[in-house]
Amino acid sequence: MDAILFLLFATLAVIAAINLVVQTHPISSALSLIGVMASLAVLYLLLGAEFLAAVQLVVYAGAIMVLFVFVIMLLNAGAEKRQHSRSLMATILGVPLLAGFLALIAYIIRTNLPKTSPVVFGSFKQGGPQDIGRALFTSYVLPFEVTSVLILIAIIGAVVLARKEI
Amino acid sequence: MPELPFTIPTTVPVSWYLILSAILFTLGVTGFLIRRNIITVFMSIELMLNAVNLSFVAFSYQLKQIDGHIYSFFVMVVAAAEAAVGLAIILTVFKNRSTLQIDDVSSMKN
Repeated sequence: MDAILFLLFATLAVIAAINLVVQTHPISSALSLIGVMASLAVLYLLLGAEFLAAVQLVVYAGAIMVLFVFVIMLLNAGAEKRQHSRSLMATILGVPLLAGFLALIAYIIRTNLPKTSPVVFGSFKQGGPQDIGRALFTSYVLPFEVTSVLILIAIIGAVVLARKEI
Repeated sequence: MPELPFTIPTTVPVSWYLILSAILFTLGVTGFLIRRNIITVFMSIELMLNAVNLSFVAFSYQLKQIDGHIYSFFVMVVAAAEAAVGLAIILTVFKNRSTLQIDDVSSMKN
């Protein structure tokens, strides 16, 4: 069951990622990216990261992608116009070389990590909000506070950049 | 129930998750390099961040530690801040240049 779920959602994620790269219209790419993020949320659940799965759906697929789609609509971004025709040789050579590169990476990972533990749903129980919160407010409290300053800087930066006269 | 000619594994090892993470990261790099729309380039960066998050969570499962989840959480926070500022920059570029093609925004070249 775990393997079927992994294979299903991994395939979905890879197909959506390929669709993101090959689509010319930004809205299609944004929808594909939402598909990737939703599939990854299911894989997080399989790995026992319940809190991260919820955050992935709420913050990434919710807030950030709404921001992207909003900007695409606001700027009325159309399909990418075809400039100077991409050379045929790049496509013919690029796709097999990319596949070969990925096969090489998979081979290296399999040979260097031959005995990784099998993923069983429910065997990792420390990924809930309680454990994450305890770790955030005890051993990671300084990075947590620095992050709040970072978000404040980002808000001010976005407001300054989006003003009228710049 | 008839015998299947192949056996479906019941579980997958953690290394498969790492391979999936590598595949997604490579696709993100590819999109970053071949796309010419500035918003699609930005979305490819988000795809790369997601792939790295997956490998953080997978290693966290392998080592039975929660630290990978915390790192992944911080990556998400930084990605949110980066998306806000980056989209504001895109808006400003579009206001000044009226284009989203990155080839047309090359005044820093030469």
